[in-house]
Amino acid sequence: MPGQGPLFLARAVYRRRRLRDAARLLPVLGLVLFALPALGRGATRSGGDAVFLFLVWAGLIAAALVLAPHLVRSERDSDAPLPEGDAGAEPGASGDKGAGGNR
Amino acid sequence: MPFNVLVLACLVYVIFLFLVAFVVERRAALGRLGFLRSPVIYTLSLSIYCTAWTFYGAVGYAARSGIEFLTIYLGPTLVFVGWWLVLRKLVRIGRQQRVTSIADLISSRFGKSNMLGVVVTVIAVIAATPYIALQLQSLTLSFSVFAVDTPEVWRGPGNADIALWVAGGLALFTILFGTRKLDAKEQHHGIVTAIAVEAVVKLVALLAVGTFVVWGIAGGIGPVIDRLAAVDAPGWQVQPDRWIGLIALSAAAVISLPRMFQVMVVENIDESHLARASWAFPLYLFLMSLFILPIALIGMERMPAGGNPDMLVLTLPLGEGQGALAMLAFLGGFSSATSMVIVETIALATMISNNVVMPLWLRLRPEAAMSGDLRSGVLLTRRLAIAGVLALGFLYYRFSGGSAALASIGLIAFAGMAQFLPALLGGIFWRGGTKVGALWGLLTGFAVWAFTLFLPSFGEGAAIPAQVFSDGLWGLGWLRPHALFGTDGMDPLVHSVFWSLSLNTMVFTLGSVLTFPDPVERIQGVAFVNAFDREAQAERLGWSHGQAEPEALLALAQRILGEEALTFFEAQARGQGKEGFLPDLTPDFLAEAERKLAGSVGAATAHAMISQLFGRATVTVEDLMAVANETAQIMEYSARLEAKQEELTRTARQLREVNEKLTQLSVQKDAFLSQISHELRTPMTSIRSFSEILTEGDLPPAMVADSGRIIHSEAVRLTRLLDDLLDLSVLENGTVQLNLELAHLGGMLDRAVQAASQTRPERRFEISRNPLAEEIFLLTDPDRLVQVFINLISNARKYCDAEPAILRIAVRQRGGRVTVDFIDNGKGIAKDKQALIFEKFARLTDQTRAGGAGLGLAIVREIMANLGGSITYLPGQRGAAFRVMLPLRLEKPADGART
Repeated sequence: MPGQGPLFLARAVYRRRRLRDAARLLPVLGLVLFALPALGRGATRSGGDAVFLFLVWAGLIAAALVLAPHLVRSERDSDAPLPEGDAGAEPGASGDKGAGGNR
Repeated sequence: MPFNVLVLACLVYVIFLFLVAFVVERRAALGRLGFLRSPVIYTLSLSIYCTAWTFYGAVGYAARSGIEFLTIYLGPTLVFVGWWLVLRKLVRIGRQQRVTSIADLISSRFGKSNMLGVVVTVIAVIAATPYIALQLQSLTLSFSVFAVDTPEVWRGPGNADIALWVAGGLALFTILFGTRKLDAKEQHHGIVTAIAVEAVVKLVALLAVGTFVVWGIAGGIGPVIDRLAAVDAPGWQVQPDRWIGLIALSAAAVISLPRMFQVMVVENIDESHLARASWAFPLYLFLMSLFILPIALIGMERMPAGGNPDMLVLTLPLGEGQGALAMLAFLGGFSSATSMVIVETIALATMISNNVVMPLWLRLRPEAAMSGDLRSGVLLTRRLAIAGVLALGFLYYRFSGGSAALASIGLIAFAGMAQFLPALLGGIFWRGGTKVGALWGLLTGFAVWAFTLFLPSFGEGAAIPAQVFSDGLWGLGWLRPHALFGTDGMDPLVHSVFWSLSLNTMVFTLGSVLTFPDPVERIQGVAFVNAFDREAQAERLGWSHGQAEPEALLALAQRILGEEALTFFEAQARGQGKEGFLPDLTPDFLAEAERKLAGSVGAATAHAMISQLFGRATVTVEDLMAVANETAQIMEYSARLEAKQEELTRTARQLREVNEKLTQLSVQKDAFLSQISHELRTPMTSIRSFSEILTEGDLPPAMVADSGRIIHSEAVRLTRLLDDLLDLSVLENGTVQLNLELAHLGGMLDRAVQAASQTRPERRFEISRNPLAEEIFLLTDPDRLVQVFINLISNARKYCDAEPAILRIAVRQRGGRVTVDFIDNGKGIAKDKQALIFEKFARLTDQTRAGGAGLGLAIVREIMANLGGSITYLPGQRGAAFRVMLPLRLEKPADGART
């Protein structure tokens, strides 16, 4: 979107954006890891699969635990309207499929 | 354990929960929620995702299919870990729009459509039926486990009777819990807290059983894992299609299940709670699932042949003689089932009353919006709806035989609820989604789900004839319930989910792309999709000024909101800077009031009510179009009137001008007549008096001669005057005969100077000319032109008062026109007289100095007009200055008319 705010952002805002990117990507990572047992055909490996799944699960919970407070803070910080330049999903003008990344 | 002790324990537990809810409601009413508003309560309340299905069914599921049961918890984990993507927006929209249910959200998004609300409600009720039946079944089973265990002490009633008692008890319990009062935001603090308590009970119970199994029976974690690895049960292998399909299905369900929507969106107090729940809720699921596999593993080893693996959580401790632990487990299962049933039925009852019954009632009895207490009506509807939903669940339980595995029943409900997902996500992320698309998408998905999963769940040949299963609907091979479009060999559940959701999505997108949303839809679309955009929120569909009085609105609001309405109105009035309870009906206030009402009775109903107050039954697109058409007509009509009026004004102005001219002409004519009689009278008077003297006779000859001369000169003067008048009249009528010939301008000026020299011949008078510029030949009437020049030169001779008097004659030729300026060095003519000089009898100075009758310049003007030129006075030349303009070649006018 040319003409909408600065091309390069201040460090804090930049961090905030990447934080949100991470929050959006976390479920994708989780899905890929959760799908792995379905790919491993062959011998029944319920024990191994179960341990693996619970470990991934715990990892995701930990990641969400780390991200959540930062996301809440970033949302509060950006309460003041700021130009959103590169956050991929923009529900603003076009309003089509976007992940609701405004504010 | 005696059966009646069990029932007593249940009753005590229920009373305890009721007390918790009651105390919390009291505190909430006093505004002292304190820790009850914490994210912990919110997270725990989300645990109604874990129903009796989780508590009993998951172990059975694990015993039958191994780790596949985990998919049901992995899906929601992904959704919550990814809360930033979907849930955050959903919760924000829910709070902004005061959404009361998922049906309300979808109907509100697609133009506050009643129809969609009804469809979503019907689908939700039908899809929830198996789920509620599941709870009844698990409770009945758990009761019967104890009943069977102690047949000699208490001969328990039959399973069907237990189920009936359970259903009745749950209905009573829910009605007591959920419909005691009507809350503006449809939030139930008491119930949420009670559910949180139940969440703790079920977690503790499951963890206790798990701990007992792992450390009490199996001998620690290590051996359990070893045993797990050694298992080679037939169904334990992971099936990739089911694995992925179930993760997706559970992820969809956690968003669109009515009860999840209720606790997650509607009961949300603070958006930041969602952030905490993003990891805390997956953690809860994690803990719930942790011991499922060990319990299933050990339970299967010890379970007698033919035992029900769904009840392992109870039978395992009972078999080991742990009565207290079994009791705890029973309460855990009881908590799971009751909390689910309470919230689910409340959510469904809200949907039924807000989206089906109330709009219908208001349509049948429009006056109801104005009269009667709606609160009791709403509450009654909800109570009946709760009883009805539970009755449906009971019927499903009876007809499906109550024998199927819990998990498979739950998955049928999941697949049904998942049909909301395309419309829901499409609604909040895609502005292009339309009502028609959503409606047909939902109906398509629902139909496919019912045909491929729901109806077959009653058993082959029960709801759908066995022949259809083998040959397809109407004998069409591609319409077999388990092999749509020839997709043989798919797992029935995955098959149904795949086809219902993909056809649903396809129809929704296609319908949306092909249709055009009405204005309300488009406005709501912006409000939903741009929920994080403040400017878009400011332009929400509002109410403009109508005829409703604030009192009427207050009366309406009071019937729905009770005392809260007064507080709200007072706050709004204060916000507008007014005293009292009646704010001005600004669009903002009305929109706020509508939203407030929507919190109680749903968006569509609130909209209909306010519409009624404003004298409009319903605001449909047709109404809007009609209004627009009328406006257009009125505008066109007024435009036409305006044009006509302008024309009239123009005509009137023209008439006025003509009238003024006529008046002037009349005045001029009068002045002319009086002038002419005066002019004629003067010479006549002297002629008469001198001729009288002559008639007396006896006069000296000198005197006779003198008198005769005077009479003669006066007669000459009279003749000249009459000549002038005649000349003028001829010129004015345009009947003058012009003798056009080629003439030399210099020569004509010479003649004029010569002729004019007789005027005041005693004066010293210089004429400065430029003979070179005068070398022009004109095609004109030379005699007439010379007459003009003579007049101008003799005028200068007469009136120029400078000494010595100099007249400059400047000739210029430009294009086809020749300009001759006569400029003297006298005082010139005063500005206010300049307009008068060309009028008849206009003599600026006293008559004494003038030899003529004052017709000279008038005649000059007429001559110039006849010669196709003009004469104007040139101001600002320091003396009197006249400019004569005439064409180089005068075309002979046809028929002697004026050119």
